[in-house]
Amino acid sequence: MATNRAAQTNDSFLDIERTFWDRLVYASRFLWRDQSAIIGLFLFLVVVVAAIFSPQLTPYDPLDQNLRNNKIPPAWSAEGSWDHPLGTDSLGRDILSRVIYGTRVSLTIGFFGVLMAGGIGLIMGTIAGYFGGRVDAVIMGAVNLILSLPYLLFVVFIAAILGRSLLNVVLIFGITDAPIFARVTRGEVLRIRESGYVESAISSGARWGRIIFDHILPNLIGPFLTLATFEMSAMIFYEASLGFLGLSVPPTVPSWGNMLASGRTYLTSAPWIATFPGLAIMFTSLGMNLLGDWLRDVLDPRLRRARK
Amino acid sequence: MNTQPVLEVKDLVTKFYTLEGVVHAVNGVSFDLEEGEALAIVGESGSGKSVTVMSILGLILSPPGKVEGGQAYFAGKYGQCDLLKLPPAELRNVRGGQIGFVFQDPISSLNPILTIGEQISETLVKHLGMSGEEAHKKTIELLEQVGIPDPKMRYRNYPHQFSGGMRQRVMIAIAIACNPAIIIADEPTTALDVTIQAQIVDLFQRLRNVIGVAVIWITHDLGVVAGLADRVLVMYGGRVAEIALVDDLYEHPQHPYTIGLLGALTRLDARESKRLVSIEGTPPDMLIPVTHCPFAPRCPYAFERCWQEIPPLIEVGKQHRTSCFYDLDKRRPRDG
Amino acid sequence: MVKNKVLLRIENLRKYFPITRGLLGRPVGMVKAVDGISFDMKQGETLGLVGESGCGKSTTGRAILQLHKPTSGNVFFENTDLTKMSAEELRQLRPKMQMIFQDPYTSLNPRHSVGKIIGEPLVIHGVMSGQQLKDRVAQLLELVGMNPTFVHRYPHEFSGGQRQRIGIARAISLNPSFIVCDEPISSLDVSIQAQVVNLLQDLQEQLGLTYLFIAHDLSMVKHISHRIAVMYLGKIVEFTGRSALFDNPLHPYTQSLISAVPIPNPKVERKRHRIILEGEVPSPANPPRGCVFNTRCPLAIDTCSEAPPEYREVQPEHFVACHLVEAG
Repeated sequence: MATNRAAQTNDSFLDIERTFWDRLVYASRFLWRDQSAIIGLFLFLVVVVAAIFSPQLTPYDPLDQNLRNNKIPPAWSAEGSWDHPLGTDSLGRDILSRVIYGTRVSLTIGFFGVLMAGGIGLIMGTIAGYFGGRVDAVIMGAVNLILSLPYLLFVVFIAAILGRSLLNVVLIFGITDAPIFARVTRGEVLRIRESGYVESAISSGARWGRIIFDHILPNLIGPFLTLATFEMSAMIFYEASLGFLGLSVPPTVPSWGNMLASGRTYLTSAPWIATFPGLAIMFTSLGMNLLGDWLRDVLDPRLRRARK
Repeated sequence: MNTQPVLEVKDLVTKFYTLEGVVHAVNGVSFDLEEGEALAIVGESGSGKSVTVMSILGLILSPPGKVEGGQAYFAGKYGQCDLLKLPPAELRNVRGGQIGFVFQDPISSLNPILTIGEQISETLVKHLGMSGEEAHKKTIELLEQVGIPDPKMRYRNYPHQFSGGMRQRVMIAIAIACNPAIIIADEPTTALDVTIQAQIVDLFQRLRNVIGVAVIWITHDLGVVAGLADRVLVMYGGRVAEIALVDDLYEHPQHPYTIGLLGALTRLDARESKRLVSIEGTPPDMLIPVTHCPFAPRCPYAFERCWQEIPPLIEVGKQHRTSCFYDLDKRRPRDG
Repeated sequence: MVKNKVLLRIENLRKYFPITRGLLGRPVGMVKAVDGISFDMKQGETLGLVGESGCGKSTTGRAILQLHKPTSGNVFFENTDLTKMSAEELRQLRPKMQMIFQDPYTSLNPRHSVGKIIGEPLVIHGVMSGQQLKDRVAQLLELVGMNPTFVHRYPHEFSGGQRQRIGIARAISLNPSFIVCDEPISSLDVSIQAQVVNLLQDLQEQLGLTYLFIAHDLSMVKHISHRIAVMYLGKIVEFTGRSALFDNPLHPYTQSLISAVPIPNPKVERKRHRIILEGEVPSPANPPRGCVFNTRCPLAIDTCSEAPPEYREVQPEHFVACHLVEAG
């Protein structure tokens, strides 16, 4: 709305060079209108703050075992106490502290996993989409090869050869998730390549470098970022399944996946051990997905708001 | 006119409540349609011409749209009724059963997984209560009537097997199937080549002569209007700018916007290439409601009154009304 | 002012698109989008290229600029054959020949500011930078009738007509001599079309531009062109000066096209005799044998379905491809 009025009155805001900060402020106006986006942002911020300030927020060391205090239920039940608000697990470790520290593992895996998968996928998809022909066929062949890898076999293989560590989990996700980024990128590149402005750049004499970096990539950012948020939430999920298989980070490291795995045997006797990490995974994924939805809407309306 | 108009629209108001604000699409539109008459509604994008007829037909998506005022009296088979107040089920019966419509892009109005024969027969069965066999026979007749060659074979074809012009003929067949009193056509030939457009316009003329149906034709093309319409309604900014008999409108336009539009046209019958008269400025932003004449910012004749009030429709000749405070003949503001 | 110097000469231009099927992309047919056309363009003139959908006019414009590599034929621009140039040589020549696109909503990069869009050709060819570049962009905006402070705005803040002006500013930034206008006004409202057409004509006079004006609106083409070529299914069926085409159309397709175009005058319309063509336009993947128009031509005779007619100059500066005109 401000745009329309401004356009008619030659408002000076629009006529100055707008910085990234200006645009961020402008975009954040959309945030306030969208309740689910606010919830998403809130959840995400909670996770990020928990990850950054884990040592300050946790009452106990997450690795601290105290077998005399094991399997204490959460504070609101009869045998529980506010010493351990969410209870303790089978080795007497404080669940609240472990859940909070778990944010570090999840965010690290999510962020670096997406960075690697996204980076590989972006390069593969762009080259395949832009140059087409044989190059496209070869690259998409590689993509399909990765996709057809038996996922579990691959994971077990990596764990067996390289051992269990945070880095290896990131490696696994970085490779197995690259195809989806490659496919989406390639689709977008194909679409953008047919646009009038790309044709115009070619007719002005632009070479492939300028076309890719100046025209195609900037217009990819929208769908790419949206996909990245969704994949990040997915990776946090997958980490849980890896934990279940005993193939995630080493069992001492407090990851939500490991917590779920160790809590499985006590589902009936001490359900809180698995429940709270499960809830943490759920809310984190939810938050990211909501943010992803908002991002998709906000990065698109430039086209939506076009006037006749 | 002794007979009652088949459609009487009074003070129609339609708004859209969007994220960006309220779009005042239609701001008090009134017109009549006589039996068998061809009325052209002309305007550019944003003038509200499509929204007007969609409101009458009950096809406005709500939310975000809302018909907020006015009446649309339709003299149908079962007596007069206000279309804007009909319950949805009854309105559906009127649509298709008594008022046919043809839209710009038939691809979106035709079901891609049914044969076109089935789609036409479906209308006949639903609205006229025909049996399957009767409907099949009548469908073949209709296909012939709209000029589709080899109708028996084409009955079994799917929409994607037809070209653009042919698909429009199918839409027209569906529209006339139940012998409607009115056909509303919203830019039916805009997407078609000019030779195909000529075929479709010719078809409409023939149908009007044979069936005597009234037609509302919405377009931005003043050339097509000249060949088809009895009366013309020019819209601007969600309001009626001018309404007149077709000859009067082209020879003696009484609204500066109409004059501007006519001057901006390229014409096949122009002897020398005079410079086109363009209208300064751009179409209005429908998000901003106005309390003055919507055309004032672009009007070469605007004076103080134009900026203070909204001009009402006033009679300036036989069946000729304009909403303008300036008298173009006498070259001065109107009295009263 | 139209000079006599020939700027562009197109000889037997063909552009076929293969139709492929299957995993490996075996070619199973050809879409003959442009099937052997020849004409020339004089410096300073506007040549209107008109025809209905599928006639190949847009493809022609792109093939001339080598945006589609022609399947065969030659394009002589100032006596150099563009079809024989290397990619780098073509790049060097690009400043002289530019294009204005049809859809103002997709021909401007939504992520670039107006200033960046208009200045891009200048930056690509390293012609200017810094303050000189900024001044030139401001000057171009003024030339197309827009406020120079708009350089910081983005395309989505403008209407269709304004976007076309931005596209025009970009096209003239390198001082080209030849511009292909591919349906530049079809997506615009009538009142805005007039603004843009007037601008194009003004610029032609000021800058001495030569236009290939591609459109399907015959009245618009009549208004703006000096000479007009009518295309049908990849071939030019008639090519002559504006008055000759409308006073004396020789080809049956031209005649029916002219009769199909509505005239905004009710009295005239009522009296008009329309030549209504039967049937549909055939697919360019499967053009008819003989004359491409024979399946719909109201005057077709046997020869028409057997052999394609020769494209000849039957009267001074009046070219037609029709058996009947040759005969009479």
